[in-house]
Amino acid sequence: MTQSHSPTNPDIVVIGGGNAALCAAMTAAEAGASVLVLEAAPKAYRGGNSRHTRNFRCMHQGPLGPLVESYSEEEYLADLMKVTGGKTDEQLARLAIRTSEECLPWMQAHGVRFQPSLSGTLSLARTNAFFLGGGKSLVNAYYRTAQQLGVQVLYEAAVTHVHLAGDQVEYIDYTHMGETHRITPKSVVVASGGFQADTDWLARAWGPAAKNFLIRGTPYNRGVVLADLLDQGIAQVGDPTQCHAVAIDGRAPKFDGGIVTRLDCVPFSIVVNQNAERFYDEGEDVWPKRYAIWGRLVAAQPDQVGHVIIDAKSLDLFMPSVFPPIKAASLRELAEKMGLPADGLERTVGEFNAACGDTSGFHPTELDGVSTTGLTPPKTNWARPITQPPFYGYTLRTGVTFTYLGLKVDERAQCSVGQGPVRNLWAAGETMAGSILGQGYLAGFGMTIGTVFGRIAGKEAAAYANAH
Amino acid sequence: MQTHTEVLEEARRQAEICNACRYCEGYCSVFPALHAERAFADGNLTQLANLCHNCRGCYYACQYTAPHEFDLNLPQALANVRQSSWEELAFPQAAGRAFQKNGMLIAVATVIGFALLFAALRALPAAGGEGFYAALPHNAMVAIFLPAFLFPLVSIGISLRRYWRQVGGRPVKLSHLVQAFGQAARMKNLKGGHGDGCNFEDQDRFSHARRHAHQAVMYGFLLCFAATSVATVMHYALGMPAPYGLLSLPKILGNSGGLLLVAGCGAMIRLKLRSDRSFGAPSAFGAELAFVGLLGFVGLSGLALYALGQTALMPALLALHLGAVLAFFLLAPFTKMAHGFYRLAALVADAQR
Repeated sequence: MTQSHSPTNPDIVVIGGGNAALCAAMTAAEAGASVLVLEAAPKAYRGGNSRHTRNFRCMHQGPLGPLVESYSEEEYLADLMKVTGGKTDEQLARLAIRTSEECLPWMQAHGVRFQPSLSGTLSLARTNAFFLGGGKSLVNAYYRTAQQLGVQVLYEAAVTHVHLAGDQVEYIDYTHMGETHRITPKSVVVASGGFQADTDWLARAWGPAAKNFLIRGTPYNRGVVLADLLDQGIAQVGDPTQCHAVAIDGRAPKFDGGIVTRLDCVPFSIVVNQNAERFYDEGEDVWPKRYAIWGRLVAAQPDQVGHVIIDAKSLDLFMPSVFPPIKAASLRELAEKMGLPADGLERTVGEFNAACGDTSGFHPTELDGVSTTGLTPPKTNWARPITQPPFYGYTLRTGVTFTYLGLKVDERAQCSVGQGPVRNLWAAGETMAGSILGQGYLAGFGMTIGTVFGRIAGKEAAAYANAH
Repeated sequence: MQTHTEVLEEARRQAEICNACRYCEGYCSVFPALHAERAFADGNLTQLANLCHNCRGCYYACQYTAPHEFDLNLPQALANVRQSSWEELAFPQAAGRAFQKNGMLIAVATVIGFALLFAALRALPAAGGEGFYAALPHNAMVAIFLPAFLFPLVSIGISLRRYWRQVGGRPVKLSHLVQAFGQAARMKNLKGGHGDGCNFEDQDRFSHARRHAHQAVMYGFLLCFAATSVATVMHYALGMPAPYGLLSLPKILGNSGGLLLVAGCGAMIRLKLRSDRSFGAPSAFGAELAFVGLLGFVGLSGLALYALGQTALMPALLALHLGAVLAFFLLAPFTKMAHGFYRLAALVADAQR
């Protein structure tokens, strides 16, 4: 092993290269500390899952930047409680929510630009500030600003070990360009995400079915540092067996498919498994409230796959898909193209069609109560017979967004071991989000946690480094 | 070399991915227009391509660029369609195919322009005219340049009609023109939506350099054109033939326009050389440079003619300047110059959306 202080021996090492890591790095550099960012990904893939994000959920007492009206702390918290079922640390949640308001102008000052909410996302215009160009443009802006602040960045620098001695990090080992380096910073910020890209770990946690899951984000979040720290007794938080998963287009790439792989067509369809049997009420609620449930439903089916069947009259009711649907003139042909038993599909569709009633009240954007009668499972909204050719099909697979297991932090973003804090170790972003998101997910809240706790971690790490 | 069908196919593939993402909606006029479609006909893609100002903001923001398997490069895909559409729509088409991607041919045409003018100067000796007319009689200039001016107008008119039909344009109202010319006048689509400019010469850093260079070229050219128009009116309607003094309207317009044009073309060439060619139509890079060079030379030779018009160099400079002007006009429908007309048409069509 080479004893090395390359590129120079910094006060602070930030492990990770996404939103939280950069917020920490910029804040620490502005406090006068020298900062080195170790990003495991190559430059083209820098930014972790932040590359795929699109907005930032932000409290505001009046119109702020692109945000209209107001969004109070209590309303924000209530929205969070709804999705987590109360599984949240309220003190940390309130801290994230309350601080989000001052983050937006801070983000602008550090190069982030916002845009009005995207077409098809009007429901978020009040609560979520959209990044112009999406998360990668935010990441680009932060790298530019960090560079101007003197932050050093190493790409393809994979941390292999963060050595804990008592209540203190002693050194960090990382590999870069085929060489191993050991570095001894005063402060360390861990912002290297969850472990969802390590499908072996995912399979150990969830079961062998997880091997068939797709990973919606970066292939670089393999949880190496997370595992290393947990092995050394650092306090953990979040259900180690759980991940946030949604139903996405089955043709998506194994990694990094991102936003475009979503499919919004389920409410207007019937969904069958490999045996051409329905297994859940497709019309239970509007899709934004159901896509996560469907991730689990599909995961429970044979081969972890579902098949969406719609007909011509429903094709234009949902956002365009990244890949065109499978198209056929008859249900038999569709079944063959999708590898489904043709008789079974015809029977399932026939039974469904027979159970449909009066469809005159059909309304695609609200719960219309147009339901089936006498069918198990029922379809309780948007139930229209599938009769009008051509018929279209999509496959659904489970797409993992993030994992819940993480490092437990306090309101100063500090990690702990045994009974007390680790003196020079802080964590931010997905790797500690389990402290706040016990289950479920709230759109744009991951970026809020990353920004708020990234800045806190950077400030605390710099204060410690400057004092020692 | 990709065929027109192939470049359309690739643009369609990319537009479908963009339409499922929509993160770039605020950058420019292309994305709201793209997101309004569900399927992309050839005419849609031609319109989107001509609406695209190649600011490259979307490329750097894109999470799906290579090495990602989706391999998006929308600026290049649209540049290829745009370039190809100009060749397809050109009248005569063969001229579009010859010049749009061939800088060498543009240079050759320019040299032929020089030669023609030198020959004209020699063949048509001075008939006692004043100033430049001492070198080339006024009537001879009109005889050469009137057709050279009318031909490109007719050619571009035919091409624009074809364009309009292809993209499904509707009858034009004043409000459409006001919106389109307003956007062109401010080069709104090179401001990047946030007003920080575009990504051209320094990767993901936003800057106004290209927008400013373009404005200098555009307004410089328009001022020069205005100078010629004013002088024409003075000559025929007011009976005031050239030469004009320094503080006359044609000279004020012409000199300021010439300076802007030269500075703008110089800046544009510098920026183009620093830019990443893989985000434009790579096959047209040389022809674009040649065109900007020709335009800059028109301005520079005009200024030189003004500065040295009283010296023995005047006849030679006059031949060079007029030769360049001749080549510029005759090539206008078949070079990068055509983009101005198509771009305006695309902005008008977009105003109708």
